[in-house]
Amino acid sequence: MSITTVNMGDISMSEKILQKAKRLLNKMANVLLLPVFGITLFLFLWAIAAQNINTSLGEFPGPTAVVEQFSALYDEHNTERDKAVAFYERQEVRNARKLAKNPDYVVKIRAYTGKETFIDQIFTSLITVTSGFLVAAVIAIPLGIWMGLSKRLNSALNPMIQIFKPVSPLAWLPLVTMVVSALYVSDDPMMSKSFLTSMITVSLCSLWPMVINTSIGVSSIDSDLLNVSKVLRLSTITHIKKIVLPASIPMIFTGMRLSFGVAWMVLIAAEMLAQNPGLGKFVWDEFQNGSSDSLARIMAAVVVIGFIGFLLDRAMLQLQRKVSWDKSSVSV
Amino acid sequence: MNKVTDEAHVIEHPFLNISHIDMVFPTDNGGFTALKEVDLQIKKGEFISLIGHSGCGKSTVLNIVAGLYQATTGGILLKNKEVNEPGPERAVVFQNHSLLPWLTAYQNVELAVKQVFAKTMSKGEMKEWIEYNLKLVHMDHAMHKRPDEISGGMKQRVGIARALAMQPEVLLMDEPFGALDALTRAHMQDSLMEIQNELNNTVIMITHDVDEAVLLSDRIVMMTNGPEATIGEILDVNLERPRSRLSLAKDIEYNRLRSEVLTFLYEKQRKVENITSKKTTVKPQSTQSVKEA
Repeated sequence: MSITTVNMGDISMSEKILQKAKRLLNKMANVLLLPVFGITLFLFLWAIAAQNINTSLGEFPGPTAVVEQFSALYDEHNTERDKAVAFYERQEVRNARKLAKNPDYVVKIRAYTGKETFIDQIFTSLITVTSGFLVAAVIAIPLGIWMGLSKRLNSALNPMIQIFKPVSPLAWLPLVTMVVSALYVSDDPMMSKSFLTSMITVSLCSLWPMVINTSIGVSSIDSDLLNVSKVLRLSTITHIKKIVLPASIPMIFTGMRLSFGVAWMVLIAAEMLAQNPGLGKFVWDEFQNGSSDSLARIMAAVVVIGFIGFLLDRAMLQLQRKVSWDKSSVSV
Repeated sequence: MNKVTDEAHVIEHPFLNISHIDMVFPTDNGGFTALKEVDLQIKKGEFISLIGHSGCGKSTVLNIVAGLYQATTGGILLKNKEVNEPGPERAVVFQNHSLLPWLTAYQNVELAVKQVFAKTMSKGEMKEWIEYNLKLVHMDHAMHKRPDEISGGMKQRVGIARALAMQPEVLLMDEPFGALDALTRAHMQDSLMEIQNELNNTVIMITHDVDEAVLLSDRIVMMTNGPEATIGEILDVNLERPRSRLSLAKDIEYNRLRSEVLTFLYEKQRKVENITSKKTTVKPQSTQSVKEA
């Protein structure tokens, strides 16, 4: 009798463990196994499809070709860096020698002007997109708050925003280029025209989601909270600081995330045309170059662009989690 | 001097004078008269309940006293000064607490205290005053929790603490316990009586609850149904304080008052829901305006 009960207990215990293991496995499957499976399937189909597409630049690159190009691009970066180091060393030695010969010699230091590597271009792109986005945010958020506070201003500006919002960056770019060339004239430019053109185009396109979301966030603040502010007779500035801003932070961040996504997409197109030395220019140059590696290198850039876009979105999400009081508004 | 001032002396300068108020809301088809000739004088330290069916304009009266609405004609005098904008001397406890969700209970009260006492209190005094008020509503144990971390009753307590912390001349409460369950509500009423016992505030409270009105008030102001709602009857509640809901349940006077309010609400001002019979009960003038629509 007693033996059987012990056995029964054992069985239910092991069953429990089994169930737990099953649940864990299920979770693992959802988080890890299924995505890995999806990616593997995609790579497989890509490899097969690539073999069957012949372009004038040779076979369409499969996954292996792209991986090869990744390492090639990294090697190029390293050799380029080595060259730069060597250049500066030579320059130093030469200058030292000249100084030794002639103490009055005025030392000339020239910057290395080798070509940008893929990794340099990634950083250029990141800097351009961030500055464009920040410029847009500095304009859009105050404007959105003002529009949210004033129904009249909202009615006045809303039609314009709705019309400008869907405009493609490619349509803005020629205009921006010409305006920048005309107005940004300086002997010692702080930044290149191509950078400025790309940045402004990015700003123009990423402005709108932020304006719209901020103004909606502000105008939809609970009227009870506004009444609290009235009863307390908060001054306009305190009202904005203590009530309006915190209340609309979730919506402002939603707008910022949307805008950053738009900015990153727009950037590649803008860099292509403005020849800003970022990822867009890389893609364009490879396309014009037309070597047998070009397509694989462009594909490598596509993967990098996608991956960076994803990371930027995640970074914004983390920032939102940190800043926002409304945790329910922070979803993937 | 003349008759008017003599009369004013008779009611000895009301602390809060709601004087001949009409409220007309503009609508697409002409004005909608929500309130007509609402006239009420309130003494300092008096607890007034406004009771009436929903839609009778109780909240409108309260919002006018708060300064959130402007009466179309007539006006509000608080200590003989006209009220025409909201202000902390007429603190409001809103029905759904309306705490700022991103601030803790302490910070919510702090916002009000900083606004009202920035010039007269030091930082330490403010801290003490905030904590005192939270203690008064028995929320000192959870003062660093945010609204989403506390229950509905607790939120309403913080809302009351915030209003009390402004040290208002008049405390306006818009169905403060309407959203709470019966047990929590009873508990909150007891708390409010306890606070009132200590502070003796002038209070106007809107309620739907007959027991609540009789239990808490010095006077119950019963309003007729809108449109053109006005004060129907005023009932003096002369029950001895402190009151206890248990002993009052058997009290003859309590039950008489209770049934008076019930009679007013369910006999004299029975809310007519039927559309066809509504036409006959509504005054001819307003029927016309409805037809014009």
